[in-house]
Amino acid sequence: MKKLLLGNAAVARGAYEAGVRVVSSYPGTPSTEITEEIAASYPEVYCEWAPNEKVAGEVAIGAAIGGARAMSCMKHVGLNVMADPVFTMSYIGANAGLVFCVADDPGMHSSQNEQDSRHYAEAAKITMLEPSDSAECKQFTKIAYELSEEYDTPVFLRLSTRVSHSQSMVELEDREERELLPYEKNIGKYVMMPGNAKKQHIVVEERQARLAEYANTSPLNRVEDNGAKIGVISSGITYMYAKEALGDKADYLKLGMVYPLPEKLIKDFAAKHDKVYVIEELDPFIENFCRAAGVDVIGKEIFTLLGEYTPTMIKEAVLGEKAPDYCELAENIPMRPPVLCAGCPHRGTFYVLKKLGLVVAGDIGCYTLGAVAPLASVDTTICMGASVSAAHGMAKARGKDFNKKLVSVIGDSTFMHSGITGLVDIVYNKGANTVIILDNSITGMTGHQDNPTTGYTIRKEPTKQVNLITLCKSVGVERVVVADPFDLKNFEQVVKAELEADEPSVIIAQRPCALLKTVKYTGHCKIGEDCRKCKLCMKLGCPAISEDGAGGVKIDVTQCNGCGLCVNVCPFGCIKKED
Amino acid sequence: MTKNIMIVGVGGQGTLLASRILGNTVINEGYDVKVSEVHGMSQRGGSVVTYVKYGDAVYSPIIDRGEADIILAFEQLEAMRALPYLKKGGKMIANNQKINPMPVIIGAAEYPENILDKIAKEVDLTAVDALSLAEQAGNFKAVNVVLIGVMAKSTDIPYENWIETIKTTVPPKFLDVNLKAFDLGYNL
Repeated sequence: MKKLLLGNAAVARGAYEAGVRVVSSYPGTPSTEITEEIAASYPEVYCEWAPNEKVAGEVAIGAAIGGARAMSCMKHVGLNVMADPVFTMSYIGANAGLVFCVADDPGMHSSQNEQDSRHYAEAAKITMLEPSDSAECKQFTKIAYELSEEYDTPVFLRLSTRVSHSQSMVELEDREERELLPYEKNIGKYVMMPGNAKKQHIVVEERQARLAEYANTSPLNRVEDNGAKIGVISSGITYMYAKEALGDKADYLKLGMVYPLPEKLIKDFAAKHDKVYVIEELDPFIENFCRAAGVDVIGKEIFTLLGEYTPTMIKEAVLGEKAPDYCELAENIPMRPPVLCAGCPHRGTFYVLKKLGLVVAGDIGCYTLGAVAPLASVDTTICMGASVSAAHGMAKARGKDFNKKLVSVIGDSTFMHSGITGLVDIVYNKGANTVIILDNSITGMTGHQDNPTTGYTIRKEPTKQVNLITLCKSVGVERVVVADPFDLKNFEQVVKAELEADEPSVIIAQRPCALLKTVKYTGHCKIGEDCRKCKLCMKLGCPAISEDGAGGVKIDVTQCNGCGLCVNVCPFGCIKKED
Repeated sequence: MTKNIMIVGVGGQGTLLASRILGNTVINEGYDVKVSEVHGMSQRGGSVVTYVKYGDAVYSPIIDRGEADIILAFEQLEAMRALPYLKKGGKMIANNQKINPMPVIIGAAEYPENILDKIAKEVDLTAVDALSLAEQAGNFKAVNVVLIGVMAKSTDIPYENWIETIKTTVPPKFLDVNLKAFDLGYNL
């Protein structure tokens, strides 16, 4: 049976068909739907959201050592978090099949950087496969498990936004039920202390040499011969772009395995062509390999290191053909950047922080959008957890007075991911920071995943809930306050009081995400006739509130969900809620 | 020959469901199909773009400037932004709804005037008051299915096939509203 599947759903299907038993991940765009799909569609597979990628990866590692095929999925920056066990697992091997799916985000649709994860494959000496569409997502996932067991190595499956988030046709097959492989105590293989690791390093180098040889003959890498003079070496989504752009005007060396690369195959292919182009988004990974192998190729001198490619761009660069004509209105088109949704609980928090003129160390989540005008209160965004630890560093650098104007903001899920360790650092090293946990009862940005603070598992089974108050108190924070960010007056008082305290404090800004089904805002808000046009409500940056063109303000009922924050902000009581 | 359809709008307007209805309908016609979606941060009230491409064999899932046969725009400003993607002789279907983006709200930019009139002078445009039709169907959120209805009329895929997909794609609770919304668009 054929089905239209998202690339991520196809990876999930591949894992299911390959007999995978354990999946542990932390959500991150564009990888999230792999694990969600497993939770939703394949009850045979145990799956979970872990608190962070390192934990998730280690769960998968343990499962593989324990004899079950296992998987962990993450976005590119999630692999940074997971990198520690990855490098050592290369030495240990796998036992049962072990696959790490990592999804890069060229063009940064939803990321803070544009790193190229292929470098990890080379650095950790772990084989990496890269599919080009949903059919290959499924097929390569299954091959990854075979390679993992045959060569006793973890295997990376590299995805990118356009592969992960495009739907294409996939032929469905049955699940292959697999017995658990035996677990046998093997100190030399599983205990990586220097004496054992030295021996395992030899194993790694031998394995990689064999895999490099396999790459030359693997069906994952194929030549498409159109009798052309131009040769194109490409992989992943860029292969599809090249194919669309150049059709049969080029021959292709389509690489499904991007590490290790097939030296002999590349040399043979290059020898048959007048000109060889390496077309790859982001870094010159394949190109550098070719050059080091003495193969003359054209790459980044004509293709950019930045962002996503398109077929048009390739057609222009390789064939010199112009892009098709198009029509454009000669007018300035205002941008439409993402914004906090109408009803977003973070809006109240940022309104207050802006009003108080504080320095705000931000973090990764929907609330990164607190940096966008008019709220524009976030000062820094680096990575998951850095709001807490970097603020501690700022306070140590600039002293007590500065710290009284400094807060950290971090979501509930992000706090569990890596905020708690920063808080421990503050307590241990006599900091006096104020940390605001934006507790909206869910992992928001990635599309509503449960986390240890929500009380539900990935499959919505009730479970123990990490209590943020108890957690913060238990690491030594004595001042922990819960406040509703929509009660603006009280919230402001709380923030002021905690900033004054000469000890660490945590404010839990508690109000659920407005998009949750359990949140039932009704009606909408309306500006009264008695409006004094002070426009204080405009400072909320609510997408439903805008100027009416006559010096006043209006509320768009199709955008307003009746959350009532503007009612609270109006000093003259001129905004009313209507049913 | 590949048919390229682009769906553009504002995050939260339901463009994703529209692209899935379209994708699943053309797949049943026996075509090769690719649907490229946007998830994550861009969905938070930003400009969203999805591509649906179908034909004998589809390679790239994305559509570039001057390549779209049809653009289905959920909002006026997004119609204007997407215009360069329309192929010469292509068709634009645009909802006349206006949603102010943040730069306009804070006064850093102005929402252009008479967008649809200007577009109509350049290309084949069908302007639709999809919001009113959705409200007529019983829920203003059904704007997406109204627009799919309008678009369905300009393809050669039979009416019943669209209905079949809607039945399998939308939650049963909202089926009646959506079927009504589709008809209002289709019979425009």
